[in-house]
Amino acid sequence: MSTAISVEGLERAFDEVLAVQGIDLEVGEGEIYGFLGPNGAGKTTTVRMLTTLLLPTGGRATVAGHDVVGAARQVRATIGVALQEAALDPLMTGRELIRLQATLQGIAGAEGRRRADDLLERVDLAAAADRRVGTYSGGMQRRLDLAAALVHEPRVLFLDEPTTGLDPVSRKTIWEEVRALNEEGTTVFLTTQYLEEADQLADNVGIIDSGRIVAEGTPASLKAEIGHPHIRLQLEEGSIAEAEEICARIGPLLPPVDGRTVLVEVEHGAADIPRVVRALDEAGIGVGSLELVRPSLDDVFVAKTGYHLEHEGEGDGEDEEEAVTA
Amino acid sequence: MSGLAKNLRVVQALGLRSIRQTFRRPQLMAPIVVFPTLLLAIQTGGAGSAVNLPGFPPVQSFLQFMLAGAMMQSLMLAGNSGGIALAVDIEMGFTDRLFAAPISRYTIVLGRLAGTAALGLFSALWFLAIGLVFGAHIAGGIPGALLAIALVTATAMAVGGIGAAVALRSGSASVVQGLFPLVLVVLFLSSAFFPVDLMIEPAQTIAQYNPLSLVVEGIREPIISGIAASDTAYALLAIAGIVALGLVLSARALRHRLRVG
Repeated sequence: MSTAISVEGLERAFDEVLAVQGIDLEVGEGEIYGFLGPNGAGKTTTVRMLTTLLLPTGGRATVAGHDVVGAARQVRATIGVALQEAALDPLMTGRELIRLQATLQGIAGAEGRRRADDLLERVDLAAAADRRVGTYSGGMQRRLDLAAALVHEPRVLFLDEPTTGLDPVSRKTIWEEVRALNEEGTTVFLTTQYLEEADQLADNVGIIDSGRIVAEGTPASLKAEIGHPHIRLQLEEGSIAEAEEICARIGPLLPPVDGRTVLVEVEHGAADIPRVVRALDEAGIGVGSLELVRPSLDDVFVAKTGYHLEHEGEGDGEDEEEAVTA
Repeated sequence: MSGLAKNLRVVQALGLRSIRQTFRRPQLMAPIVVFPTLLLAIQTGGAGSAVNLPGFPPVQSFLQFMLAGAMMQSLMLAGNSGGIALAVDIEMGFTDRLFAAPISRYTIVLGRLAGTAALGLFSALWFLAIGLVFGAHIAGGIPGALLAIALVTATAMAVGGIGAAVALRSGSASVVQGLFPLVLVVLFLSSAFFPVDLMIEPAQTIAQYNPLSLVVEGIREPIISGIAASDTAYALLAIAGIVALGLVLSARALRHRLRVG
């Protein structure tokens, strides 16, 4: 796979503050790369450097083979950009904005109008195309921003927190569009502070904290680094000490969360559940509920940074749990 | 499409957007049309007998004298409004959309200035129409009117360059808006609303050296007495100076903005 984005030792200082501290990363052609981190971690600064909106103070980066400093114009001709705050003029209509974007990309006249119409249809804004952007909902504005970024069919698409502040339905609509674009061959560099978003969309994830990349890999490989899944048992009757003793024979115990819950790490995931239930049943210990908890990206984040990512739990289904009620 | 043709298309598209933005945002339109028209009405109605003062230039009416001042006020405020609109674009991130496009970044400023020039043209036509409707005679005839229109349009663009420079440097609409009183002070300390010879010191000396006085006289002469080559030349020289200042400041501010992101 050829490289769409290559970053070596990229740095950006603002006076005394080093916002991005020498990061390295590679994004393959046709990949969705999830750049995950809390507010202020350096995600947006990195995107602004890669999209030629901000000069790096150290290191180098290429996008689609062009240097972001030395060949900035070529980079800009290759990329599509939808920044954190949808950069839209509330006084323009959706159609005017897409047509302006087409002109900025050198697509004039009838071709620009045709592309604008197609894109507005694609993002389901054809009916609202002649309304002023200021009357659009947050989800509609993000879709319009995305459509504007696509007008010249870019090879590499930068999406800076495309779903922040959106409701779950709008968020999923954006996800579907990102997946569809990627299937058409577009490389996507996506920053997010939502664990679920990175997990759902990204082929590879880079976790950035305080301007440094602290972990990188596929979501599955990052989770596998953290360890095995664990079973979470809520006892209904019987001694917790005895339950812990039995579970310890199956796998290492994790620190207890309360006096009625046992957490035991299991090597084979769901396949170990019958063993645990049988052993407890034979000992006469009643189980109220049982869950198999797989490591999540949040666990990865905690392991790498020592704290939970902001907005944890905002996404639906963030913890990968399979609940079994006994 | 060649690079020049593409850049011209971008300037045209951004200029059109700038005009639409002004017409769709009443707070940008009001200073350009409403305030100068009100001031013109009040001054013409209340101080019309000023034309009888000894030393007042020979004019058909005070309205005829005041038209150049009203146009000047309108174009100065158009330049300021253009700066405010650019600063709003920076604040809401719209300029990032432009900076991330494969265009010359100077077209972003030129597009804004094209819009301001169009507003200058609109202002010149508006006040000439008001003058004609209320009986003012354009002494230079159609050529004089065209010259006044051209000078107003060019000056709007020149002044817009300074507004754009302040917007790019500060990135703050409130900072550009803060220039509003300064614009009026500079305007009142010129020959826009009163003949320099009748001013008292130190206003008279300041007005004599104020380049805006040269521009005002260049616009006024074709209206009150006919085209005069020397007044036109001085006005063009003053406009060129303002353009040069605006370009230098805008280029420096643009480089600064790209450096700081």
